[in-house]
Amino acid sequence: MKFKRAQIGAVTFEGGYHNYYQESWRLLKKNRIAMFSLFVILALFIFACFALWIAPYDPNKQVLANRLMPPGPKHWFGCDEFGRDILSRCIYGCRVSLSVGLFSQFIACLIGYFMGVAAGYFGKKTDAVVSFLIQMFSSIPFLLLAMALMFALGSGLINLYISLGLLSWAGTARLIRGNVLQLREREYIQACRVDGGSDMRIILRHLLPNCIPTLIITVTLGIPEAILAEASLSFLGLGVQSPTASWGSMIAGSEAFIRTSAFYSLFPGLCIIVTVMAFNMLGDGLRDALDPKLRR
Amino acid sequence: MQPILEVEHLKKYYPLRHSFLSSQCDAVRACDDVSFKLYPGETLGVVGESGCGKSTTMKAVIRLIEPTAGSVILQGTDFLSLRGNELKQARRHIKMIFQDPYSSLNPRMTVKEIISEPLDITKGYADREEREEIIVHTMQQVGLDPEFTNRYPHEFSGGQRQRIGIARAIILHPEVIICDEPVSALDVSIQAKILNLLKKLQRELGIAYIFISHNLGVVRNIADRVIVMYLGQIVEEGNNTELFQDPQHPYTQVLLSSVPGLSGGGPVIMQGDVPDPADPPSGCRFHTRCPYAAPICRLQKPELLENVPGHRCACHRTAEISLSGKAETEE
Repeated sequence: MKFKRAQIGAVTFEGGYHNYYQESWRLLKKNRIAMFSLFVILALFIFACFALWIAPYDPNKQVLANRLMPPGPKHWFGCDEFGRDILSRCIYGCRVSLSVGLFSQFIACLIGYFMGVAAGYFGKKTDAVVSFLIQMFSSIPFLLLAMALMFALGSGLINLYISLGLLSWAGTARLIRGNVLQLREREYIQACRVDGGSDMRIILRHLLPNCIPTLIITVTLGIPEAILAEASLSFLGLGVQSPTASWGSMIAGSEAFIRTSAFYSLFPGLCIIVTVMAFNMLGDGLRDALDPKLRR
Repeated sequence: MQPILEVEHLKKYYPLRHSFLSSQCDAVRACDDVSFKLYPGETLGVVGESGCGKSTTMKAVIRLIEPTAGSVILQGTDFLSLRGNELKQARRHIKMIFQDPYSSLNPRMTVKEIISEPLDITKGYADREEREEIIVHTMQQVGLDPEFTNRYPHEFSGGQRQRIGIARAIILHPEVIICDEPVSALDVSIQAKILNLLKKLQRELGIAYIFISHNLGVVRNIADRVIVMYLGQIVEEGNNTELFQDPQHPYTQVLLSSVPGLSGGGPVIMQGDVPDPADPPSGCRFHTRCPYAAPICRLQKPELLENVPGHRCACHRTAEISLSGKAETEE
């Protein structure tokens, strides 16, 4: 009887273990910090999507009587120098930060994957050129280049996505290149070539699914960097245009009042810290869950 | 009978640059002037120690690596000159089974996706139903339960994985399959099952195998003819019984004597290591380690000659050695 139960247990485990991602998800669920971060990120997404209903006030409505009002029961986070509700502006700022993080990383991921694959898979001269580009992009100070690009493109949200995406593919490309160098010697790639499979088929059907864990990790760890870059650019006045609420531009506005009204810079600053930390910790958790070397 | 695959003077050199400034290029001669023929439905064993170029040669034949020179005639067409779609279509006729069943199957693809890949690449089916039918039929042929179609490779044992690899190779009914040590990564008990499966498929489909192995026992079991390679060259070629019972080349003799139970007498120990393939010995490449080496072996390269019909051997002293070998057994 005991033996039978043990056997059933083994069978259910086998049955439950369908694929890699389910197993990864199982591991991730055990990681409390990562799950908490995931919860925070989901909450941020809800704030961003439903800002219109969640925010207590219009973020751009100026009530000069409330100028630099400290936090209180009516305005939880206080008001800024134009009497706008800081809580509402923080909630709307969420939209900017998350969308910049996501879209710029999507662009970076796309460029990074194909650059990395080109370098790792085709090798030789392509590799030399792409590796040179990677070196170049990672050696120029990020903010300097981002500023230059924003000057060239002009400020605005879409230009932010593009310029941050164009600037952060190098890390992804480097990782993918290493990944592909390892993968291309696998016999299943040779088998596909024996069958007459084209390079495109190998790149999309064989290499891509095997690179997805790396891409997930680089995107999750790239989002906080993009958010910080957006905040820095907005602080410098090169990010989003002025009435739109963004955490970076809010901090820039609070600069003059930091001695008298510390709460004004505190709340947008806290928003950035919480978001960046949540993405970083989720990224670490995902790396642990997806890394095949930590498996069995 | 017309050979299905004819390989002539195949060469694969890997260039080596000694230093950054010197323009003089040396090359590792992984496969140096190899010629052989493969007839329909037969099994050609290829043996030799690690690094002798067995795998490289066969990968050059199937164009996994582009050969430096030579010709490969597959079913009367020059396989090496084909490009693009013609090459894709010609690849239907020659397939490969790999050594490691763990790295030869993409872990992110289901069994069905893996097996059907050659089918999808060549569009070798009329409609969806026919495609399903072919897949199920092929899985049954190699002894896999068709219910496994949506499983992932990691759910299978080594032997079953190799069956998946075989299914992928036979799905388009190729005439030639190159088996690159298909059983050396498997347990002994499973080796026999896979070998029997390969034999069964050969009987049913009339496939010709090129069977690369360093396990002489396995080759003895499955091969009709055997090629012995040393340092990128063929040193002896003959049919199974002749080669195993009456080896002509000293290297073959040494190789056979190293396997207990395969030949009478104790092992003949070779001196030294395999020479550097970038700088092979002059004359006969085996002379540095040959127990019978004579002065001529160092000076002149022996030709691969057919002394006995159907049995080729590259050795200056074949006649003398086989005499001395017989004299020894008579004593």
